[in-house]
Amino acid sequence: MIYPDSKIVLEVRGLCATVNGTEILKGLDLTVRRGEVHAIMGPNGSGKSTFSKILAGHSAYEVTGGSVMFEGQNLFDLAPEERARAGVFLAFQYPIEIPGVINSQFLRLTYNTVQTHRGKEELDPLEFDDYVREKMKLLEMSPDFLERSVNEGFSGGEKKRNEILQMAMLDPRLAILDETDSGLDIDALRIVANGVNQLANKDNAIVLVTHYQRLLNYIVPDYVHVMEAGRIIKTGGKELALELESRGYDWVGVEHKAVAGAVA
Amino acid sequence: MSATLQNLVNQPYKHGFVTSIESDVAPKGLNADTIRMISTKKKEPEWLLEFRLKSYEAWLKMEEPIWPNVHYPKIDFQAISYYSAPKQKPKLKSMDEVDPELLRTFEKLGVPLHERMALAGVAVDVIFDSVSVATTYKDKLAEVGIIFCSMSEAVLDHPELVQKYLGTVIPPSDNFYAALNSAVFTDGSFCYIPKGVQCPMDLSTYFRINTEESGQFERTLIVAEEGASVSYLEGCTAPAFSSNQLHAAVVELVALDNADIKYSTVQNWYAGDEKGVGGIYNFVTKRGLAKGVNSRISWTQVETGSAITWKYPSCVLLGDNSVGEFYSVAVTNHYQQADTGTKMIHIGKNTRSTIVSKGISAGHSNNSYRGLVKVAPGATGARNYSQCDSMLVGQNSGAHTFPYIQVANNSSQIEHEASTSKIGEDQLFYFAQRGIDAEAAVSMIINGFCKDVFQQLPMEFAVEATALLSFKLEGSVG
Repeated sequence: MIYPDSKIVLEVRGLCATVNGTEILKGLDLTVRRGEVHAIMGPNGSGKSTFSKILAGHSAYEVTGGSVMFEGQNLFDLAPEERARAGVFLAFQYPIEIPGVINSQFLRLTYNTVQTHRGKEELDPLEFDDYVREKMKLLEMSPDFLERSVNEGFSGGEKKRNEILQMAMLDPRLAILDETDSGLDIDALRIVANGVNQLANKDNAIVLVTHYQRLLNYIVPDYVHVMEAGRIIKTGGKELALELESRGYDWVGVEHKAVAGAVA
Repeated sequence: MSATLQNLVNQPYKHGFVTSIESDVAPKGLNADTIRMISTKKKEPEWLLEFRLKSYEAWLKMEEPIWPNVHYPKIDFQAISYYSAPKQKPKLKSMDEVDPELLRTFEKLGVPLHERMALAGVAVDVIFDSVSVATTYKDKLAEVGIIFCSMSEAVLDHPELVQKYLGTVIPPSDNFYAALNSAVFTDGSFCYIPKGVQCPMDLSTYFRINTEESGQFERTLIVAEEGASVSYLEGCTAPAFSSNQLHAAVVELVALDNADIKYSTVQNWYAGDEKGVGGIYNFVTKRGLAKGVNSRISWTQVETGSAITWKYPSCVLLGDNSVGEFYSVAVTNHYQQADTGTKMIHIGKNTRSTIVSKGISAGHSNNSYRGLVKVAPGATGARNYSQCDSMLVGQNSGAHTFPYIQVANNSSQIEHEASTSKIGEDQLFYFAQRGIDAEAAVSMIINGFCKDVFQQLPMEFAVEATALLSFKLEGSVG
């Protein structure tokens, strides 16, 4: 929801980045305020996922220009784990499997690490068990998730739910959901979207990175951005997503080039 | 491999220091006279001197094994001193009488002995270099008839027991290093659990190499009579020396009818520096004889140290329905080399064995599992389950598996599972994205990987092993 005079959570200016020497982001601008839900859409290869990984601090990408301020501080001054503790959360498109590491232990470690950073009390295993089971209800997860290895043998939907469960636990300031709808059947999509909606509030911001409009039927964005060739070329309201759904992405690029040409 | 990962694995050896207790060291070199000198110094009976001399004769005719997947310069056995004893070796009844310098050593190792004993109720037979200097809780154990003492004492006080069992599981001619040990062993532990007695506490011995250039040859013998049971813990740490040291121990276990022996080891000998200079050569022969019906021998080992490890704790399942177990975690880093595993020899009917081996290789290290499952023609209904998992950390380490299966009875059932995995950057990134730094992440992944083995360790040992592993791998992942 858009709140007047809401504080800026994320301010991206002219962000340029490369992977293995190939330029992926070419001057990306984006401003996200508290309470807002943004959707970043765009064709494959437009740089959407790269952008989310750069915000989280993945070492494969090199930032070559521009700036990112998160809650008033330079995001690039923080190591990936420091960003997470400060409230940047990335729900992965492909959550990785960690064989042998029990989900409940992993979840408790991450929860306690972040809590400690925020000057709050850690939870012992019993307290945490109560806490996490309550959160799991939100996502209609069965308690046996806790006893399995992290993401190992999880279906696509289970992995995504496990991601949103962590979002619920860690209470981030900025949640980036990278293609969270991919690989979800309609029921799972509804559950995950419902979870995200309940987590959205006036103090946090959500950035949905998605290829398709269908997620946006469930999580209604305040802004829709179209990304192409490493930058945002069009911004609109939720109706833009519907237009993209019916017309595809090509017209946005054509329109953008025409405007750019006129300005030049 | 990223810098974080490197730093995590590459921490200096924590236990690297030399205590300055004066030692009584034999001149370098080995011949029959050296052996006579050792035997005389230890006031041994004639039969033991003969045992040593025969072993020495056998050793002279043997050759160093070259089949292990490890590489090192040729050892000059004449350049080693075969005996070293602290000059001051009083018989002590309480820890108060122990040399304070020695106590400080144990404190540096993070094992305050008095605390361990008081809190954990563990009787610790302290081996410092080659001679026992303190044996505790002996009286309490004596009440139930358990003998737990140094091998030297056992030879003098219980010669009939030692003579009856010494060399019966591992004969001197078994292999090159066992023969060498049989000729020159200086001390070790002896443990005898009489018929029907369940040992009321975990028995624990701390071995420690303390004199530079002195080979250490421990000899341990544990006998559990009919219906007896015991859990034995062996922990090893050693000071950081720049030159290699040879360590060739022999451990023999004998379990009679319905007896149960559980032997747990945490091995953290000096592994050499990050360039592979120095470190201990650990050539160990360990074997248990499940002699009686329904007997059980269980080996659990956490191998983190030594420049070279060559070690195959084995079970000979002679009694019908006897059980053999081997649970192992072997971690190698830098230029360490480990060739370790087990042998399960099924001879009795309905004998069962379980092998769970976890190898972790980091840095430029090489980690091999080598195991033999052998089913003799008479071992009807024998069963074995083996699981060998390897984990690679970084780009330059190696993991190898050499399973040997020899089955001569068609009613047996053998299962073998193996896997190889890798700690990847993407796993660490996932942890980082949840606020967890690389060090904690590696620790969690490794502990998850080793869980099946750690579960087998006595509680306090499990905690120690977990900490040790994290510490050994700090700096290697990132």
